[in-house]
Amino acid sequence: MHGSEKIDDIQEKKKLNPNYWVENYADYLYSYAAVRLYDDELARDLVQETFLAALEAKKGFNGLSTEKTWLTAILKHKIADIYRRRASGLRNNAQRFLQGREEDFFDPDNGHWYSGHDPAEFFCEQPDTIQDKEFQAILQACMKKLPTLWLSVFTMKHVDEEPSAFICKAMGLSSSNFWVIIHRAKVNLRSCLQKNWI
Amino acid sequence: MEIVNERELEKIAYNCRKATMLIEKQQIVPISAMEQFELELHLQGCLACIIYMKQSLLINAMVRDFFRKHHPEIKLDEGFKKLLRNRIEQCLRQS
Repeated sequence: MHGSEKIDDIQEKKKLNPNYWVENYADYLYSYAAVRLYDDELARDLVQETFLAALEAKKGFNGLSTEKTWLTAILKHKIADIYRRRASGLRNNAQRFLQGREEDFFDPDNGHWYSGHDPAEFFCEQPDTIQDKEFQAILQACMKKLPTLWLSVFTMKHVDEEPSAFICKAMGLSSSNFWVIIHRAKVNLRSCLQKNWI
Repeated sequence: MEIVNERELEKIAYNCRKATMLIEKQQIVPISAMEQFELELHLQGCLACIIYMKQSLLINAMVRDFFRKHHPEIKLDEGFKKLLRNRIEQCLRQS
């Protein structure tokens, strides 16, 4: 019977099976953290912390999401903590850096692209670019070059799609700082790609 | 509604910094009618920012694709997994 199978499915989702967590989710959670943090050892520690926190919070699991989603949510909070910790030491530097950078791209008098910095067609014509291994390597290298605060904000917004208010609160940013960072992170990233992909 | 004089329009028409900011902003929140008007006006005369806009969207897609795809090559070593299993069992016994 279809109906009873469905009910079984739902009940399946509601149960937690900590004995299978490592087997089922450890690699997934590890890769999730590793690509976001660029630090394998830290990613490893976070997987452990996630499992331990999940065991503590077991009673709070309401069964509305799957085990995987629930564990990922715990990990996400831990990653946000790391972003915040990394950024708090750098915030002043990053903001000073912010002010210095702009002149690299735009003429401060009229806001026009400086010659030599204006965007040119370099990859749009190739739809396969996204899958290109070499291009992905350059993309990663360029992302790593961004100041920590910018990279954290950029990733939280464009990858994890966190609400802007959540990011501002987590990173201690005003709304206008948030927009400045979103803008400059992209301008820098795009420029780095153009410089390195020719 | 603000009154925009010709001089201000001219400033917007040449201001790529502002245009690219609006391009980024509209990918996240709806921009105001005024901002939309400014941006369209700017893009009519600025090929560099048209290219920027296309590439900006493509970069978002690529970044998202990279982070969200499964990375089967990134794995925990078995030794650490064993340690994790032991920790979990220990905790379960205690509770």
